[in-house]
Amino acid sequence: MKILVALKQVPDTETKIKVAADGKSVDPADVKWITSPYDEYALEEGLRLKESKAAEVTAVSVGEEKAKDVLRNALALGADNAVLLKSTETGDPLAVAKILAAYAEGKGFDLVLFGNKGFGSDNGAVGAMVAELLGLSQANLVTKLELGEGTFRAEREGDGGTEVVEGSLPAVITAQRGLNEPRYASLKGIMAAKKKTIEELDGAAVSACMTVSALALPPARPEGRKLSGDAAAQAQALLGLLRDEAKVL
Amino acid sequence: MILVFCELKEGKIRKASLEALSEARRLSGDATVAALFVGASCAGAEEAAKYGADSIFKVEAPALGAYSSDLFAAVIAEAVKAKGGTALLGAATPLGKDVLPRVAAKLDAGYAAEVTCLAMVGPKLQAARPVYAGKAFATVDFNSEIQVASTRPNVFAAAECPKAGATETLPAPTLGFKAIVKEILAKGGGKQDLTEADVIVSGGRGLKEGENFKLLEALAEAIGGVVGASRAAVDAGWGIPHSMQVGQTGKVVSPTLYIACGISGAIQHVAGMSGSKVIVAINKDPEAPIFKLADYGIVGDLFEVVPELTKAAKALAITK
Repeated sequence: MKILVALKQVPDTETKIKVAADGKSVDPADVKWITSPYDEYALEEGLRLKESKAAEVTAVSVGEEKAKDVLRNALALGADNAVLLKSTETGDPLAVAKILAAYAEGKGFDLVLFGNKGFGSDNGAVGAMVAELLGLSQANLVTKLELGEGTFRAEREGDGGTEVVEGSLPAVITAQRGLNEPRYASLKGIMAAKKKTIEELDGAAVSACMTVSALALPPARPEGRKLSGDAAAQAQALLGLLRDEAKVL
Repeated sequence: MILVFCELKEGKIRKASLEALSEARRLSGDATVAALFVGASCAGAEEAAKYGADSIFKVEAPALGAYSSDLFAAVIAEAVKAKGGTALLGAATPLGKDVLPRVAAKLDAGYAAEVTCLAMVGPKLQAARPVYAGKAFATVDFNSEIQVASTRPNVFAAAECPKAGATETLPAPTLGFKAIVKEILAKGGGKQDLTEADVIVSGGRGLKEGENFKLLEALAEAIGGVVGASRAAVDAGWGIPHSMQVGQTGKVVSPTLYIACGISGAIQHVAGMSGSKVIVAINKDPEAPIFKLADYGIVGDLFEVVPELTKAAKALAITK
């Protein structure tokens, strides 16, 4: 069984976002780069299948040179291979999906795993797009995954409850928190990863369907007001304000 | 022509779909807006006329009774092509977010998720959308012939604007599916999804234990809301499911009213709820960062304030 895990390098979720001088991208100064949090669940699921079903796990990332850190980490955690598809950020999820699909096409992957969204661009689209481009089945926001003979059964966060999705392999699965508990890299793994090679390929040339033309911080919220009195008085005052001033009740 | 993929729930069009439809109407001026329905039955689709649909397209087939991402995507993409749609909108519901990227890939179209503002620049859409879980907003322009966007629930107004709503049934698909929703487990069934909720009462570490979320449930019930939680509460091992988590690594929400109880206001939580129209904070600590964000703040013991609020709301018989 062959598994492809797509990983994205993103700014640490605690990062305070600053807009760069170009007015349309994030100022990279002081940004700590990490693996997008949901992608960690995807990688862990792949590694567990490697252990239980002797699957071969390939980690792939679309990005610039620095994205090799994410791949190096994946190798340290136990991925068998790592591939960097070199490309510059376009802000277009379909462009990323095309690059990934062009790489995966014909390589016989049974599963392609993603996080349910890449932190930052927050489109939550690349997994489903790769599924469409490759003609695969998909299940998104998966919290439980079981594989049968050429089939899968996934539990996903659906409309107000858990949905059970069944489909054929090969499939695209996007991971949600709850799928598993990601492991930490061992010192041995980290040392071994240093000796492994990260394959570097030029990402397929694709034209972007969209571009980010501006990036701005949200407007500051006006100063609020604090309500005084005892609990009963505060409660009365609040309900009055919500109804008559804010008009939300 | 702008097509709007609309969802029905119990024979009525979902509010989030009506919002997308209203926005399409607003964007279109005199141009045609069409509402598209897909399912085993599309009874109730006629209501789209009231919200600005010149045309109502229905694709009905027994095979569409259960949701299949690949089959639904094929059906929607086919309708866009057959009808010459230049833009496709849909609500960013769990189903919308699942199927629209797939449709976009099929149409070789750009896709913007969870947009909060739309405009027409010449013949093409332009969208503004939160990125970095709302820490910033991006303006995106499309280069593709067809543009696809999902609209964040509770952001656009659903406004009545009666149009003809000429109904047309499109051919049923002849394809099979690759994956399908087999069953929906009862857990959490019936409850409104946080991302679509109009009112959210959320609890954090200050709740002290999972059992105390009952207080929030009582308040939520009294004012017609849904209960959410901070990461601290979910991680505390109180049995609060991750599906209730609001924040950067949970759900990003935009209700009309967000009541934060015992939540300090960590950056990762704020990122998930700062798009709320009105924010109320109830916290013992007057220095809690959440107060910087709150329109109305109550410095006090939530164990006293929340039951008082519930009592007062019930007395006023407030229902939203």
